[in-house]
Amino acid sequence: MRLKTFPGGVHPHDHKHFSASAPIEVMPLPKRVVIPMSQHIGAPSTPVVKVGDEVKTGQKIADAKGFVSIPQHATISGKVSKIDVFPHPAGASSVSIEITGDGLDSWVELSDDPNFMDLSAEEMKNRIGEAGICGMGGAGFPTFVKLSPPADKPIDTVILNGVECEPYLTADDRLMLERTQEVVSGLKILMKILGAKQGIIGIEANKPDDIAAMKKILASESQFRVVPLKLQYPQGAEKQLIYAATRRKVPAGGLPMAVGVVVQNVATAFAMYEAVRYQKPLVERIISVTGSVVQTPKNLQARIGTPFSELVQFCGGTKEDPGKIISGGPMMGFALPSLEAPMAKGSSGLVLLSEAEAVSLEERNCLRCARCVDVCPMNLLPSMIAQAVKAGAMDIALKAGLEDCMKCGSCAYVCPAHIRLVQWIDTGKIRHAETLRGKK
Amino acid sequence: MKERYTVSPAPHLHDRTNIPNVMWNVVLALLPALGFAVYYWGWRSLWLTLLGILAAVGTEALIQWLRKVPIRISDGSAVLTGMLLTFNISAASPWWLPVVGSVFAIAIGKQVFGGLGNNPVNPALLGRAFLLASWPSLMTGIQTWKLPKTTAVMSGIDPRIVDPNLQAVSAKAYDLVTGATPLNVAQTLRDSEFVSTLAATKEASLDLGNRIFNGMIDLGTLKNLFWGQIGGCIGEVSVFALLLGAVYLLWRRIIEWRIPFFYLLTVFVLTFLFGGMAGTGFSLSVPIFHLFAGGLMLGAFFMATDYTTSPLTKNGRIIYAIGCGVLTVIIRLVGGYPEGVSYSILFMNVMTPLLDMITRPKAFGKVKK
Repeated sequence: MRLKTFPGGVHPHDHKHFSASAPIEVMPLPKRVVIPMSQHIGAPSTPVVKVGDEVKTGQKIADAKGFVSIPQHATISGKVSKIDVFPHPAGASSVSIEITGDGLDSWVELSDDPNFMDLSAEEMKNRIGEAGICGMGGAGFPTFVKLSPPADKPIDTVILNGVECEPYLTADDRLMLERTQEVVSGLKILMKILGAKQGIIGIEANKPDDIAAMKKILASESQFRVVPLKLQYPQGAEKQLIYAATRRKVPAGGLPMAVGVVVQNVATAFAMYEAVRYQKPLVERIISVTGSVVQTPKNLQARIGTPFSELVQFCGGTKEDPGKIISGGPMMGFALPSLEAPMAKGSSGLVLLSEAEAVSLEERNCLRCARCVDVCPMNLLPSMIAQAVKAGAMDIALKAGLEDCMKCGSCAYVCPAHIRLVQWIDTGKIRHAETLRGKK
Repeated sequence: MKERYTVSPAPHLHDRTNIPNVMWNVVLALLPALGFAVYYWGWRSLWLTLLGILAAVGTEALIQWLRKVPIRISDGSAVLTGMLLTFNISAASPWWLPVVGSVFAIAIGKQVFGGLGNNPVNPALLGRAFLLASWPSLMTGIQTWKLPKTTAVMSGIDPRIVDPNLQAVSAKAYDLVTGATPLNVAQTLRDSEFVSTLAATKEASLDLGNRIFNGMIDLGTLKNLFWGQIGGCIGEVSVFALLLGAVYLLWRRIIEWRIPFFYLLTVFVLTFLFGGMAGTGFSLSVPIFHLFAGGLMLGAFFMATDYTTSPLTKNGRIIYAIGCGVLTVIIRLVGGYPEGVSYSILFMNVMTPLLDMITRPKAFGKVKK
């Protein structure tokens, strides 16, 4: 059978062998955690605790600020030791709450509804909102918002994103294999809330075990489809995944709901299951700590806010000094200056590259070879956008597709002149946003 | 552990291609053609090519030094320009011809505009156009192609196919068949005044003209064209050798299929329709002759595909290639030159910015308004 896919894209080596066969391991409790108030798209959460307060695991420590936002919870029990600006896993820094642990991990009271599927859609949605869940594949869009589509946009299909097209990362892979039933329950919850008739799980073909496990569980139910997808980056990008799995094209500048689809990452589905069944807030997730210089690459079930340095230590440290520290995957992740930052809700991986793998290549003149054009999954003209931004010609940048770029990095991956296309495009996006704000 | 690690924008992986890799691969793909040239024309073609390359690289280094920019001659782009320029002249040329051409190609065709990536037209073709305008007799004309020691029939046509007693019948016709390149023959046959002087009577002249035309598209001639036993520029002689390189470049994804495919297709269709002589009817041999003859293969795979001077957009590339094909056929069948590949590519080169603007692709999911 020909595997489903999308037009454009690139084929980087997947490097998943480092951690693909490592079962999920529970990371010991960290002595301290740092919870950023900004782990999602939207307004940062507002702290509701003061320095010195005693908190339990799962206790709410920050409120959502407005509709597009999420609450935050303590991920260990202990004392609030600091509310200040800390390094952030996405590179810059953010106001965060530091909790110094008491080592007891005493939880707030959780419940258990074995018949959770009988709960009303409204109740499910509330529990998900209360649990502080946001998209765990990277972008971090508040899940509650995605579950509240306007009445004129009926949703008929829910797609679970189990593609994990970023090289190195295996967190979703292990989750689908070891928590198959729970992930499927998350999908069913999603379908119930949205009233969708069809549930699809998209998985890249390099994870045959996951595909088999999912198919086994869903074999008897006709409203579900497990869709194996071609190994091609960025297969897990929302619009590309929707196209590959359903042949529907999300309008440029639009949201998936415009074509009746909602996409959620598999880790998000798992968190939703725990939130609905146990009313358990999102305090931990699976993260791949991997790369050629990590002593023993692992998939860890770790508390949100655990410093990256502790994760690396638990994996036996490094074989040699790394050349680059990447929070997230190597195609779209952030290079960090140190291991000081904590893991957040969207942290699916921590990748340490060696010096040799991390060489930075010198930028040269554009040859106009059009490789970027041929691989762009959004059908844009990346080199033209970059050149226009460089020259300050925003009108040309916009015509060449500035706003439609999702920064997947395929263009920069193949550029023989090593032009930092994504960086230039990002600069253009920021400049454009400033102009728009100025106009208002 | 270090105090601070390198922070750089994503993506953090690269497929490790680079400019030298691209350029040297194209040079490699041109080597079979050079090998065939040496085989048919002798070592002189190699020396001329090396002179052309040396002049191009030297000029590039000198100007980069004067411009106070890093000297990048090792990236292979000047080597390629010098090589392509020399591929466009006869192996019988004087030694200074590739040197002058290469200096012009690099200095005026490329560095004046800011070097690699900034030139509006293909530097090698501009160099060739300069030579053609300055020394037309060295660049075209039947005498250009003769090498003292070659015995090959330049046109690839076996005189016996045309007429067993050709030499006896008409020295003029014999000269044409043995001394001219295939496209020279094709052009000369379009000249009715010349044709009428081939033999004693008008009817005999027309008949001889038609027979030469038929010899031109004879299977034996096409075979000679394919393997390279014909007169022509250094790099054009063997279709086979050029295709070898072209397949390699397509396989390594250094060139993309659209430009060569639509270029060759256009030439094929148009010469099938309009390439015959009065009274010879349609024949598939005519378009095949036109595909194999002259610089078309070299142009379609190695010159029109030049990154900098061809469109970025996929549809732009198609229009560009069709434009190249139409112009080539017009020049060959109607124009004053026997060959039109280089001028048509140069012309379409300058259309490239316009083509990029009018063929901007619609973003994924964008609907027409």
